[in-house]
Amino acid sequence: MHNKTITELSKALREREFSSVELTQSYLDRIKKHNALNSFITINEEMALEGAKVADTILANTNTNLLTGIPIAQKDIFCTQGVKTSCGSKMLDNFISPYNATVVENFNNAGAVMLGKLNMDEFAMGSSNETSFYGSVQNPWNTNCVPGGSSGGSASAVAARLTPAATGTDTGGSIRQPASFCGITGLKPTYGRVSRYGMIAFASSLDQAGPMTRSAEDAALLLQTMSGFDTKDSTSLDIPVPSYSASLNNNLEGLKIGLPKEFFSEGLNNDVAQTIESAINEYRKMGAEIKEVSLPHMKLSIPVYYIIAPAECSANLSRFDGVRFGYRCSEPKDLNDLYIRSRGEAFGDEVKRRILMGTYALSAGYYDAYYIKAQKVRRLISEDFKQAFAEVDVLMGPVSPSPTFGLGEKTADPIEMYLADIYTIAVNLAGLPAISIPAGFADEKPVGLQIISNYFTESHLLNIAHKFQQTTHWHQLSPKGFE
Amino acid sequence: MTLSTEQVKKIAYLARLGIDEKDVDTYARDLSNILDLMTQMSETNTDEVQPMAHPMDKKQRLRADAVLEISQRESFQSIAPQVDSGLYLVPKVLD
Repeated sequence: MHNKTITELSKALREREFSSVELTQSYLDRIKKHNALNSFITINEEMALEGAKVADTILANTNTNLLTGIPIAQKDIFCTQGVKTSCGSKMLDNFISPYNATVVENFNNAGAVMLGKLNMDEFAMGSSNETSFYGSVQNPWNTNCVPGGSSGGSASAVAARLTPAATGTDTGGSIRQPASFCGITGLKPTYGRVSRYGMIAFASSLDQAGPMTRSAEDAALLLQTMSGFDTKDSTSLDIPVPSYSASLNNNLEGLKIGLPKEFFSEGLNNDVAQTIESAINEYRKMGAEIKEVSLPHMKLSIPVYYIIAPAECSANLSRFDGVRFGYRCSEPKDLNDLYIRSRGEAFGDEVKRRILMGTYALSAGYYDAYYIKAQKVRRLISEDFKQAFAEVDVLMGPVSPSPTFGLGEKTADPIEMYLADIYTIAVNLAGLPAISIPAGFADEKPVGLQIISNYFTESHLLNIAHKFQQTTHWHQLSPKGFE
Repeated sequence: MTLSTEQVKKIAYLARLGIDEKDVDTYARDLSNILDLMTQMSETNTDEVQPMAHPMDKKQRLRADAVLEISQRESFQSIAPQVDSGLYLVPKVLD
């Protein structure tokens, strides 16, 4: 049953082919069998089976949500009432959340069953899942390789069929890059589409939650549940949510696709480039028009992002002070010592580096030169997209310059890892929606095609992704040993 | 742009962030390398550009000043490192 799509599982549950309890148990068994992947931080066995039992009684009635009784797993960045919410950090290793994130609440209301909490880079800061306090995660396609990050546990678990679907968050590519590395579908919605309430904040003007699934069709179902206005999030936007499944099969004849030339310049791995080109050819066959466009300021997105994200992170992470929740050092001699040692002992290296960077960028005398300058260039990057969307409907290109790499291979130099975010972070700076879908392989490692569209056009993105998945088989392939 | 180890220690103190003495040089090097990346920005003229804080230039939404939440002090304090009589305890601040 673990190779079925959510739509198929939902139908099977309704037709009593198996119960939600049986389905949930089979996934729990798979999670335990493949625990070497380390994709889960917390397995929620007892609560999951209880939830499945409740779902089974609801399924006996009529008119249930399509997600009722479907197991899913949450990135450990979402607060889950009564369940440890660690955010991949020693700082929150003892944190049992007293409330649910809105995203979690939405899944609960739909009757979905939570299998557990997924591994991630500490506070979502990282591109390889190697900064997690709970250890690195394996990529099921090659267990010596990283799953990408920061939603690495989500991508690994979905690819290995340990859960039908998962949630992720994307601040600079953290849904799309691991989706690409693990050969799954990952959607980063428009900023403001999904509530950030109860989603532990990293960079508040960039963070956005989205679905990580095996197909665009499944992503549409998850996004439907996750989206919507939330008064508890002051950045949530009150814009109607369309039916994401309704437009999946729309015809793509005459679709105008732009290829930003900056996505295909130096630094892009040849095999990745070829894979992306053949994927774009599929769209050509469907009647799309392809033309080259330019995002002239895109190369500046790295410096801009690595000012804005650390600046916002240094402010957001000041709440972890050892006073009200989370880690506290032993026997602090005074209040300053309590702050300094609690934070020093509980934050990992990458988190510290970003807090230092952000604190510096916001400190007196440097604020204008770094933070304000970055905010200005951010606007130029965003304007580039506006101009591109005046000419074309969507943009396509790679997600990452190279496929997955070896565990430990890039941990020595943080800058090298930052530079690999070049194709994803401009999208966050502009607040646009984008999706990564499996497009083939480079050196036997999955490669994702990135599609970027205009604000609040997620249904178009899903339609374009779904049509590709109707004519290609990449998204259906399982990694060896996880069939 | 090079950050000195003294500057790194000062920033760490501003952030109330303990860092190991043995790591200070590495942080100084990493942060200096990151700051080198930033010089790319200065080549772009932004004199006429407004800073962008929100992707869609939306203003912060405000709500009426009314009580919406119920008090959950006990539940919140049950996960605190140290509490007493409904208060969060920290080392003595005043003598």
